[in-house]
Parts: sequence; structure tokens; C-alpha cells
Amino acid sequence: MRNCDIAIIGGGPAGLAAAIAAYDKGVKNILIFEREEKTGGILKQCIHNGFGLTRFQESLTGPEYAARFVEAVEKRNIETLINTTVLSLSNDKTITAINPTDGVFTVRAKAVILAMGCRERSRGALNIAGSRPAGIYSAGTAQKYVNIKGYLPGKEVVILGSGDIGLIMARRMTLEGAKVHAVCEIMPYSSGLKRNIVQCLDDFGIPLYLNHTITRIDGGDRVTGVEISRVDENKQPIAGTQRYFPCDTVLFSVGLIPENELTKGADIPLSPKTRGAVVYQNRETLVGGVFACGNVLQVHDLVDFVSEEAETAGRGAADYVSGGGGDKAPLDVLNGQNISYVLPQKIDKNLAGDVKLFFRVNNTFKNCTIKAVSGDTELSARKKKIAVPGEMETLILKADSIASAYAPITVFLEEEA
Amino acid sequence: MYDCVVIGGGVVGGTVLRELTKYDLRAVLLEKENDVGMGASRANSGIVHAGFDAPPNTNKAKFNVAGNKMMPTYCADLGVKYRNNGSLVVAFSDEDKNTLHELKKRGEENGVTGLQILDAKALKTKEPHISAQAIGALYAPTGGIVCPYELTVAAIGNAMDNGADLLTDFDVEKIEKKSDGFHVYAADGRSVTGKLLLNCAGLAGGKIAALAGDESIRIYPRKGEYILLDRESGDYISHTLFFAPTKRGKGVLISQTVDNNVIVGPTAIEQDGTETTAEGLGYIGEKSREMCPDLPLYNTITSFAGVRAYSDRHDFVIEESATVDGLIHCVGIESPGLTSAPAIAEYVASTLVAKHIALKKNDRFDPIRQPDCFFKNLSTEEKNAVIKRDPAYGKIVCRCEQVTEGEIVRAIRENPPAKSVDAVKRRTRSGMGRCQGGFCQPHIAEILARELGIRFEDVTKSGKGSQLVREKTK
Repeated sequence: MRNCDIAIIGGGPAGLAAAIAAYDKGVKNILIFEREEKTGGILKQCIHNGFGLTRFQESLTGPEYAARFVEAVEKRNIETLINTTVLSLSNDKTITAINPTDGVFTVRAKAVILAMGCRERSRGALNIAGSRPAGIYSAGTAQKYVNIKGYLPGKEVVILGSGDIGLIMARRMTLEGAKVHAVCEIMPYSSGLKRNIVQCLDDFGIPLYLNHTITRIDGGDRVTGVEISRVDENKQPIAGTQRYFPCDTVLFSVGLIPENELTKGADIPLSPKTRGAVVYQNRETLVGGVFACGNVLQVHDLVDFVSEEAETAGRGAADYVSGGGGDKAPLDVLNGQNISYVLPQKIDKNLAGDVKLFFRVNNTFKNCTIKAVSGDTELSARKKKIAVPGEMETLILKADSIASAYAPITVFLEEEA
Repeated sequence: MYDCVVIGGGVVGGTVLRELTKYDLRAVLLEKENDVGMGASRANSGIVHAGFDAPPNTNKAKFNVAGNKMMPTYCADLGVKYRNNGSLVVAFSDEDKNTLHELKKRGEENGVTGLQILDAKALKTKEPHISAQAIGALYAPTGGIVCPYELTVAAIGNAMDNGADLLTDFDVEKIEKKSDGFHVYAADGRSVTGKLLLNCAGLAGGKIAALAGDESIRIYPRKGEYILLDRESGDYISHTLFFAPTKRGKGVLISQTVDNNVIVGPTAIEQDGTETTAEGLGYIGEKSREMCPDLPLYNTITSFAGVRAYSDRHDFVIEESATVDGLIHCVGIESPGLTSAPAIAEYVASTLVAKHIALKKNDRFDPIRQPDCFFKNLSTEEKNAVIKRDPAYGKIVCRCEQVTEGEIVRAIRENPPAKSVDAVKRRTRSGMGRCQGGFCQPHIAEILARELGIRFEDVTKSGKGSQLVREKTK
């Protein structure tokens, strides 16, 4: 059995940034597990630009953004095991993995950082009626076919779901010569970034049908068409509102699910709201010495925030390895009115510094105030002209206000009267 | 010139083919799709029925009970997963309860052993999630589960390993009976000749009979829709749960599968096609919640539909044609056909084929087939020995079901060879997990192109017309 100080599961943007941050905090014996041939994760196939605007104040493509972190990892000589899939993780931080050169092997780590990312919800999970021909893909799979493999999955396209990948693929397929007939969104709003709706749909004249879903997929060997319908407030199709689009391809961009199978296997408690681990502000889970960051913890809109969160986790893991993890003084952080979740779910008052809360609102709000309170004390507040579920919100709690808090902290949104 | 031409690569044709290879016979299987197990055997409940449903003295009763007894050994030989999980027929009313007693009596007449009537409390102990409205159940300890396409692939693979031939994409268009036997022609111009013709064509059983000159076989489709739940919910129940049957059939069942998913369904609509419908899926959800109110349907990973073929006689038709000498029918094999298949095959060979051909044992027949899941079942040391020999077994391709490249390559190379993404999926489970192939499909397509020596654009989901991609990008 091998030993290491920090094992990082996943060599995507989260795992790479966590490795660099941990290394720079003085822990050198780090091992990154990467299941693919190259690190960089999903960024490898995201050849559009717009990455890094927050972090680097410049617009990079996915591979360019990833390259900065890949190079930084290489410069530090951090060991990466490629083509290596982690099969299981146990509560005592033992990892069982497999690859073609070492076979099945185990590694014992002092600290573990979970950075496995997320997967796309599939058509199957939605119970959409109809047949199961070729031509039905999740948007990310189509992106891989186009950008990595160099093949166009189809030419007449309907997309369900207006998440960012769906929007990006609407544009990408169009640029490759396909006709995107419609993007349907079951919600009254898109969960994608505003800039993507403008740049990927509006600029190409692709219609977005809000409050619509696909009610049937037709086709024998290959998709031949889809029926879409308007939905009511309970998201049930309204009879008589059907429209039919002949097409050969249907793409699904209907949500991302953190890939927490290893986390579950290690009995690490998850939040039902984020479907990721419950964490403290240093991204330590409720199992001491196991940290989580990136899309395996919460689905982010921007990789810039993934990197930031991963650095927090990397530093936390380094501290854990150096100090062994002290006693905690936990305070719960709860989501109140109009907020769908808040992360971290717990604050350890023994950790120094300000805490940045990440959360999403559960509807579109204009002229509102987001507040964090503990008992009767307001800890922080921020006015917003507009808040939408598609864009993650943040609120900073100052160290002194955390020190003064003794009741659970609740984050809520107030609309102006 | 073959001794036996078997038409239809479902579980019936497959087990019949394997049975024939136990004798010194030349046998060929003709399948119209690009893979075997593409009809009713692709999508059904996967239940090894105990045998209390069918009226005594029917083919269904006879072969069901015999097949049930054969199944454990049959699956063990072929390396096919089988589990003796036991069945429960659940009663919700006094009328249902009467039905349970009738079923028990009928089952005992059929030769089913161990049948027991349970009260509500005993039922609740066996299945804690069962509805509080349930008042009792018939417990059949001999009930089991098996994967229908896994069994089909394994039986045909073993038959091929023992010398039988398989011709896929062989869509039978014309059959001529001549003095030397049956001449069977495919739409693409190929033809085979055989002394005996075994009609195991499922839904096309009537058409094949007619092409061979027998107009008496009438087969109808009955569609059934299903919902499949994530393995995460796999231990929600352990037995197969049936409603007490009514005139309309056995109704919606809930069962664990051998791969630890939970299957819920089927509907029963008198029509052809494998499309699911909003109504059908809604009905399954509604009925299954009557049985188990907190069934985790939110954990659905896919839904699908299959077609069962039934005859107007409402019993299995397993006999030589009354009008065409040498034409043997194995059709109308609706439920419990999967359970019955090994017993049907044995009867067909030893009685119906033997009537025409003096059977001589094939001394080289090897009943054993290495299981598709062999790698998963190895110890760490054994896995490492395999990876050392072939590093492809160290590369996980399907992360959800943890399938390695070695297993995928094996599925493409061994009998019956997988030639499409879905065929690989049915043999290895790659793409059957919670991401439904989102991550692994492009990689599997690449392995298929490499192994088959074809262009990436020509890799299909399930045979011609189902290419995964249209063209190279600009």
C-alpha cells in the first residue's frame, strides 16, 4: 500500500487548483487521481471562450484556462496518475483504484480532496415518452463528439433544457452547419447565464420556448421528430398546445448532478439540496480530513468560482495534514425565504477569517435585499437589482460578525415592498 | 446443407440452438436484426416464474414448472446471473385472497412446491415497504429472476462455441420447401438450406409459418412499458411482487433485477412497437405506488417498452406443423416463456427433431461459458494477473457500472460478437448505469470502430440506420 499526505480524486479544474493551493501551503506529497488520459476535466472539450473573466480578467477558452493549472501542477512536480479510476474510498481515507499499469491498488492518505465533478441528467431520468432511437444525446456528449472526436452528431436539432451546456451547444451545432429548431425550457426562466442566452441563441435567431417540454420522441433507427408542449404551473403538459418539429437529433441539457458515488460509499453525509457533501467553510466534510470542492460539491456557473473553492479546500487539507484538525465550534448555516441552498452548510468558529457564502435564489427577483442573520442580529446584507436562479450569489460574513454569532445563521431574500 | 435452420434469435431460438449442439447436428440461427435478443427477449420482466399461473395441463404449465427447475443449473453453466429471490402475489381484497387460494391449488396441481399463504404480518416482515392496505400474499419460494438478454446472448454464444452458426441481419423473405429440405432466402440475397425448419420467430412466427406454407399460425403483439430504478434503490425490495391476477393479465409487478436495479411494469396494450407513452408510464407509477407507496420512482434511470407475442390459442404452440412436414413451431411464447425456454428447447430437440433425425450425442459439447461479468467477480490478485496479461482490463470505460476496456473488447470478439453500442451494452452493462452512456458512449464507439475495422461514422447504436454521428465536422 502506498501512502501520501493528500490524495485528490479528480484532475479537472477543481482537483488541479486544490493541488496547487495545498502544495503552496507546504504539503508536497500529493497524489492526483485522473481517470482520463489527460488532466483538465470537462474544460478540455469547452473550446468556446469566456472562461477566466473573473479570475484572470481575460477571456480564455476552456483548454487555455485548464492549461494554466496543468502547467502549474507540472511545475511543482505534483504526481498525477492518469487513466486511473478510483473504485472506492473508505472512511479511514484509504483509496482503491485501478489503472492499466499498476492494476488494482490501494493508497492511504492523511487527507482526501473530492473533486470528481458532476454528470448530466439523462433523458431516461425524465421519463419522456416515445422511442429510443439513435440521435438522443446529453449536450455534453454531443460536445465531446463535436469538439474532441470531430464528428457532427446530427443536422436537425431540438434541445431540451436551457442550461449553459445546452445553450453553448445550440451555437456550436449551428456553427458546424446544423439547424437548431428550438430550445425548450420547462421552467419560466432559463437556468443558463444571460450572456449565453444572448450570444448563443439570440445572435443566431434560435427560438427559446420557456414553459415548454418535449412530450414525445419519435423515430425507429434514428430520431425523426419530437413533439413539444406548453406546461402549466405544475410543469404538466397542457393538452392542445403540442407543436411538432421534424428533426434527427435531440440534445438534453436538463441539469447536472454531482457525482458523489464514492462519497456515499465512504458514508460521508450529503446535503439533499446540493446533492454534494455537507461542508465547513474550509470545505471539510463531516468526515475529518476529507474535503470536497468544485462541481462534486455544488454545481457552479463559472469555473473561476470552482478554482476559488478548490483553493479553499486545498489550503484546508494542507492545514489538516500539518495540524491534524482541531476541535470544531460548529454553527449551522440555513437557507431561509427565497433561497434554495447555502454553502457552506456549517461554519467552524475556530477557523479564522471571513467566510464567503455561496447560494442560489429560487426564482427571479428584482430590487431585493439578501441578508444573513443569526438570531436577531443581522450579520451581513446586500442589495440586488436582479437575482436569478441561474446565477450563483455570494455574501461575505466578516470574521468579527461570525465571532458574535451564537444562533444558526439564516440567509434569506427580501423583496422590496 | 444444415440439419436444422432456426429462425429467430430470441431466448427460445437461442436455447433451442444450444440444445441442438448437444447432438451431432449442423445448426444455424437466422436473426433479422444486427444482434440477438432484440425482440421480446430484449425487454421483459426477467422473472423466473414458479408456475402457479397457467391452467394445469397446458404447455405453459408444463414447461414453466420444468424450466423453473432447470434454471439454476442452466444459468450456472452459462455464467448467467440468476437469483432465487422468491415471488409474492399480494392480495388487497377478499376477492384477491380467494384468488391466492385458487393459485395455490393450481400451482400444486402443476407441481410447484413450497407454496404458502402469508397473512399481512408475515408479508410485512418479508417486504417492509409493502402497502398497509395489503392483507396477505401467496409466497412462492421457487420464484426467481434472470436477465433475459443475458441468458439469450449466453445460450447463443455457447451454441456457437459448440459449432452452431449465426447469421445476423438475415431478414427472411422467402422459404421454399424442396425435396432436399427448406431453402430460406434473405432480403439481401443470402440463402441457407436445411432439413428441418424451426420457427422461433416470436412476433414474426405467423409470417414465417406462412412463408413456409402453413397458414394456421396467428400471432399478436402485446406491448408492455417499464420503468427502471437506479441500483442505489436496489435493496428497496427483495422479492418479486405481483398483484393478484385478473382477467387482463398479471398486471404491474415490482422486482429486483439480477443487476440490483428495480424494475416496475409492465403495462399490457394490444399493439406492436416499443415506444413508451405518458399514459403508460403514468399508469405504472400509479399502480406500483398502490403496492409500495414510498417506491423511489424519483430514482428512475430509464424507461422502455417491449413486445410479447401471443398466439390466438393463448398457449405456447410447440409442435410440428400439421401441414408442412419438417416445420417445427415454437411460437406464441408469451409469459412464462423466459422461464420455460430451457425446457421447451429440451422437448423440441429430444422429441420433435428426434422424430426426423436420429440424434447422436456430441461428445465435444461443452456446456460451460465464461460469464460476461467474470472480471468483476475476481479477487484483487486475480484481477491484477488479468491486467498484467492484458492492460485493457485496467482501464475503466464505463464509470457508472465500472466496465473495463478489456471487457468491451471481449464482448466484440467473442460469440455472439457485439457489433453496435447497444450490443456492447447488453453484454457488458456499459452505458446501463445512471449516466446512461453520457460519458462512455464516444469511447465505446471508438473501440467498436477500431475492433471492427470500420469508420467512426459507421458505428451504430443498434444496427443499420442508427449511426451515432452524421459526418466529420467542417
